[in-house]
Amino acid sequence: MRAAAATARLDAGLILGAGHAFAAPATLLLLLIYVVPVVALVWLSLTDYELGAVETRFLGLENFARALADPVFRRSIANTFAYVAIVLPGGVLLGLGAALLVHGRIRSRSVYEVIYFLPVTSTLIAMATVWQFLLHPRLGPVREITLALGLGEVAFLSDPALVIPTLAAIGLWQLVGFNMILFLAGLSAIPADLYEAAALDGASGGIDRFLRVTWPLLGPTTMFVTVTTSITAFKVFDTVRVLTEGGPAGASEVLLYVIWLEGFQYFRIGYAAALTLIFLAFILAFSILQAVALDRRVHY
Amino acid sequence: MRGSVTVGRVAAHLPLALGAAVMLLPFVWMVLTSFRPADAVFAGFGLSTFAGLANYAHALGTAPLLRFMLNGVIVCAGILAVQLLVAIPAAYALAKLSFRGRSLLFALVVAGLCIPIQVPALPLYLGLARAGLLDTYLAMMFPFFLSVFAIFLFRQFFKSFPDEIIQAARLDGAGEFEIVWRFVAPAALPAISAFSIFSVVAHWNDLYWPLIVITETRLAPPPLGMLYFRDAETGSNYGALMAGATVITAPLVLAFLVARRRFIQGVTMTGLK
Repeated sequence: MRAAAATARLDAGLILGAGHAFAAPATLLLLLIYVVPVVALVWLSLTDYELGAVETRFLGLENFARALADPVFRRSIANTFAYVAIVLPGGVLLGLGAALLVHGRIRSRSVYEVIYFLPVTSTLIAMATVWQFLLHPRLGPVREITLALGLGEVAFLSDPALVIPTLAAIGLWQLVGFNMILFLAGLSAIPADLYEAAALDGASGGIDRFLRVTWPLLGPTTMFVTVTTSITAFKVFDTVRVLTEGGPAGASEVLLYVIWLEGFQYFRIGYAAALTLIFLAFILAFSILQAVALDRRVHY
Repeated sequence: MRGSVTVGRVAAHLPLALGAAVMLLPFVWMVLTSFRPADAVFAGFGLSTFAGLANYAHALGTAPLLRFMLNGVIVCAGILAVQLLVAIPAAYALAKLSFRGRSLLFALVVAGLCIPIQVPALPLYLGLARAGLLDTYLAMMFPFFLSVFAIFLFRQFFKSFPDEIIQAARLDGAGEFEIVWRFVAPAALPAISAFSIFSVVAHWNDLYWPLIVITETRLAPPPLGMLYFRDAETGSNYGALMAGATVITAPLVLAFLVARRRFIQGVTMTGLK
């Protein structure tokens, strides 16, 4: 009896040891990759630290005040929101629409799934180069369409009014298939007898069924897609770096691009740290919603 | 009745086919152009002369495209291996073992989920620069060695693993190490493979971090390599440029076509790409 208790205590001790040993590498990396850098970032944002500068001064909140008054940074916020304002509703509605249409297809469903998902796995840098070629006002095949529509030559990527919508269209091209797959999973989870019950209740026609059954039951999926799409859109960087470098005349400078320029091209680290924290503030509300939604999703 | 079914079907297929055409257009144009001689690049959708060999040879000769792919393989494999080795035991500890600091660790994992890599990027860059590690594979991989998402996902799976089996294994004299790797992890294989796909796709395609820590062409992963190659071509030789884009895009697209069920299940399970 006593021996058994001793063994149990020993086992408990070993298991406790295992817990610490198993968590140790993750804890160490968590400190090195998240905790220490984020603390350092906050400290840097309060200084005028520059790579290679002789001395560093403590500035308090001056960087933040400067950022909020900086026309370049303010423009990048406006540009990013303009991009999100297209990609968010477009990505959710097109993803939902495609899923609703594909869901009813039996033989062709997997063909559409593959085609729509293809852009998700492709390397955006390479495909952005292809889009640039496609949209070239003189050389690209899209020119034929704009000419046929009587629009003449359209400078999609060098017209300040068109550059954000064009980048957003490329972003949508990559995103829609991903959202469609998420919506398809949501649609498959709706029990068929709910539609039968709705029909008995007098729901007639596709729109009625959609409003009474599909839309309410897709709620969690829609919320999840909305949140992930917002985060993806806020982080737009690759297409800007490759296709426009913020141009023409700053018309496509977005948040991450300005942060990258300030931090890693001009090496104004303190200022870039403050911009990064402002970026985090924008994205944090969405990230927290995403974490909550993830928690619900992976329970099953 | 029959007529309305047909109309409904056409009404569904028409927008879907139109969307599919938009989705496929860049791929078709890319491959088509990569086969064309320079003077026929702008000639509609036909293919009169085949210049594929010359274009691909030029692309592979101008930029070390195969080297970029090798770099991509090294970086993705290194990241994934460490992610799994770190996250699986940590997730098991969080799901099944009690130890001091467990709830704090979990709180930090959840907090980490809310912080994209662009946030710690500046201090990480400074640290790697001070350690003299810029322009190394390690610098490209280090920030991703810990995947808080993997810990989070695996913890959910491990929690549903029956405690009776773990207890029985302990009574049989199995250590915790053996329990994790012989019983618990294999049972979560769907989650592990879904995460692996997510990880490889994300890091194969990542531009932001390599752009910061890599300046040497020979270390560039595929997206950064594509950027170099694109700048070197300066837009004059579209055939070769598209051949390069095809080579860079092909591995993941082919992997997806081969294992499309797994890719799609992976997205459905994790909700992330």
